[in-house]
Amino acid sequence: MHNPLELAKSSILDPSGLNESHLSQAFSTLLNSSADSGDIYFQMRKHEAWSLEDGIVKDASYNISQGVGIRAIKGEKSGFAYSDEILMPALLESCKAARAIARGNQEGQVQAWKANTGNQLYMPDNPLDSITEADKVNLLRSLDALARRQDDRIKQVMASIAGTHEIILVANSDGSMAADVRPLVRLNVSVIVENKGRLEQGSAGGGGRFGYDIFTQDNHAHSFVHEAVRMALLNLEAVEAPAGEMNVVLGPGWPGVLLHEAIGHGLEGDFTRKGTSAFSGRVGERVASKGVTVVDDGTLENRRGSLNIDDEGTTTQCTTLIEDGILKGFMQDKLNAKLSNTEPTGNGRRESYSHLPMPRMTNTYMLAGELDPGEILSSVDSGFYAVNFGGGQVDITSGKFVFNASEAYLIEKGKVTKPVKGATLIGDGPDVLTRVSMIGNDLELDRGVGTCGKEGQSVPVGVGQPTLRIDGITVGGTSQ
Amino acid sequence: MKVQPLVHTKEKLEDLVLSCLTESKKQGATSAEATVNIEHGLSVTARLGEAETLEHHNDRGLGITIYMGQKKGSASTTNFEPSAIKDAVTAACKIASFTEEDECAGLADAELMATNMQDLDLDHPWGVSPEEALEIAIECENTARDVDKISNSEGASLTTSQGTTIYGNSHNFVGSYSSTRHNLSCVVIAEQDGNMQRDYWFATTRDPKNLESAASIGRKAAERTVSRLGARKISTQSTPVIFEANMARSLLSHFVSAVSGGSLYRNASFLIDHLDKQVFSDSITITEDPFIKGGFGSSSFDLEGVATKARTLVDNGVLKGYVLSSYSARKLAMQTTGNAGGVHNLELQAGKKSLDQLLKQMQKGLLITELIGHGVNTVTGDYSRGAVGYWVENGEIQYPVDEITIAGNLKDMYKKIVEVGNDVDRRSNIITPSLLIDEMMVAGS
Repeated sequence: MHNPLELAKSSILDPSGLNESHLSQAFSTLLNSSADSGDIYFQMRKHEAWSLEDGIVKDASYNISQGVGIRAIKGEKSGFAYSDEILMPALLESCKAARAIARGNQEGQVQAWKANTGNQLYMPDNPLDSITEADKVNLLRSLDALARRQDDRIKQVMASIAGTHEIILVANSDGSMAADVRPLVRLNVSVIVENKGRLEQGSAGGGGRFGYDIFTQDNHAHSFVHEAVRMALLNLEAVEAPAGEMNVVLGPGWPGVLLHEAIGHGLEGDFTRKGTSAFSGRVGERVASKGVTVVDDGTLENRRGSLNIDDEGTTTQCTTLIEDGILKGFMQDKLNAKLSNTEPTGNGRRESYSHLPMPRMTNTYMLAGELDPGEILSSVDSGFYAVNFGGGQVDITSGKFVFNASEAYLIEKGKVTKPVKGATLIGDGPDVLTRVSMIGNDLELDRGVGTCGKEGQSVPVGVGQPTLRIDGITVGGTSQ
Repeated sequence: MKVQPLVHTKEKLEDLVLSCLTESKKQGATSAEATVNIEHGLSVTARLGEAETLEHHNDRGLGITIYMGQKKGSASTTNFEPSAIKDAVTAACKIASFTEEDECAGLADAELMATNMQDLDLDHPWGVSPEEALEIAIECENTARDVDKISNSEGASLTTSQGTTIYGNSHNFVGSYSSTRHNLSCVVIAEQDGNMQRDYWFATTRDPKNLESAASIGRKAAERTVSRLGARKISTQSTPVIFEANMARSLLSHFVSAVSGGSLYRNASFLIDHLDKQVFSDSITITEDPFIKGGFGSSSFDLEGVATKARTLVDNGVLKGYVLSSYSARKLAMQTTGNAGGVHNLELQAGKKSLDQLLKQMQKGLLITELIGHGVNTVTGDYSRGAVGYWVENGEIQYPVDEITIAGNLKDMYKKIVEVGNDVDRRSNIITPSLLIDEMMVAGS
């Protein structure tokens, strides 16, 4: 057992000579206005990245940032200011700037502090210290050597590891206080191959909320090298992708980016409250085929998208978004939950102390069905089988979304045949899940690579799904 | 609280850079470079006629890169206390004790450092109060909401910021500049038969005097949104395509990625070994001018202190140069082009025809006004993205189109640009008019 609140206090507040009574004083300043509520968010973040190319570890960087963000809320309005100085004068200055959104002279103060302990989903240890610097270099060199042994068409190997140790403490005007200590690591391998003048690339990566030692145990990182090389060599053989509407089978795991784009963003509580989402006001309606159940689950141990508490101090949970095809609910932060007369779901997230929180996804995935994946593939007479994806994007208002296949094949007479070049798939969010006709029994989560961007803020997320058959989605290739 | 000019702090920040370089030398670095950035500003959003957010921005950062012979290490911090700076230098030095010898590592050559610092007219603080900023945003959004069929809004936002950057290295080079940026944007939603569409418009300038009026931005946002109502898919086909200027910009940014030193020396570009070869159709000339007054990419020196130069990058379709830093130049056995940190006002030279005349010339095809997704592969040039726009027949817009993709290969697409418009979009470091490409594959129903 560890106590994140004590750790956060000793790491962030103590060095600046701040304690709970200073926070109370700051809230008195913040609430000396007509604000309904407010919060103060402290963050300390250490980040490093090591990278290899041309066979040598050329560069690495170490970054440290810290600061405090202060928000005042009145109705639908938010005032916000932040400072990278965690000192009382800067704190009070920011409180005055933030409260300007809610002019007035009411008195307000926090009566007593109560701690929210949150989940315990990962260890608080600093991943930057999980292996030595020399071993970080050795890890990258071993990946380079392994890759170059695979095939003499390999022209370039790029490998990188990155780690973050983040401590946050959030205090709310309702008297709640919570903290989280968040490790996050990531490893990436990318290779360039050349054959008869044709260049292709293959990449693979993974990570989560643990130390680098996960990568070195049992040569776990080698699987990323094999995967990157396999992808690159496969791309050398890829033919033009088809263009047009066709039946598509999506593989398990990372193709779950479909869910993130097609429905996830449209179910975020800010968009649904404002009526700007194609899903606004549709709870209780059928938005997917029978058998489709989708959840957003911030409570999976050690996952990249998981959090013990969200960035507003709410304990994370597993929220059912769609159950057996029926829309059940949205993802909420405190502000939008209150304005929508519902409860926060632990989805209030922010990139850093210098950004306002908003409803964001954690790990979003579809539950398994009963079918054997082979059976799903053999059911398709002519179609497109996509097993790996780059990113995606959505217009939540029109509902149109894209996701970019990076490894795909043709399906001919129920058999997976030729590999095809990458292509964008485009569909309509409220419609696409009603076209799911078969659901596999092979639910997988991604390997820990997702980063989601919204209104200029990036946060780590996860996705997952079993093998799916979708009847009729547009594939954006070049051959007719 | 108003946005105050930053000029008075410039000397203090220069001292910070110098102390960082001194500390690096003390800790054993053979050479070093340091950058300090500070930025402050204000951002307001109005939605449905009222204030929604008011944000005060106040950011700072210091980055240090040190070299121990041919070994390199970097660190950064947001804390400017002497002890924090010392810690950052120590962290960078520690890293350099583990990184490996790289014969190309090091500062740019001393004789390339900029000496002529021009006033490029980049610094025009607005001094607008939060109340005034909100009034402008509200006017912008109200104008949009007054337009028929506009049913909802994501709001109008005004952002104003001023930043100062100081760069110094152990060639005794120290350079600095302050710049401002003011941005006003509006996003609204129209509804018809239960289907919603949104679109936006924005303006961005260095000098608030030149900012497009709030009413004009609101009106354009609304008109663009309403014109999307009833959008439908078209059938899968091969067809000519016009990229509206704001979207044509992305085609040029893919070009910049492909001719950037980092992509070239890694063998990760479809334009390797294309110097002095035809890359675009011969109607295309692309220049770079770091000295445009008030330009978003204007600077007398790059992120390594190297003097920038005006040049022609593509001359009548022929590639005349790459986009290099000193490191990528050494890797390619070439000379840096002063592009550490990116290009400086890349401009695709305008043609003579208006967008309407381009539509007439195309007769039948697709006008693209928005692209979504990231389906661009710089290694192969393969291109496949989601698109929104209008179907054109008889040289006139017929109806809006969505849920389609456009695909091709950038190498072919660049050579198939058959006409260049005169509707130049200057809202970025990459400046371009609309472009007509005579054939792309469109996937729809």
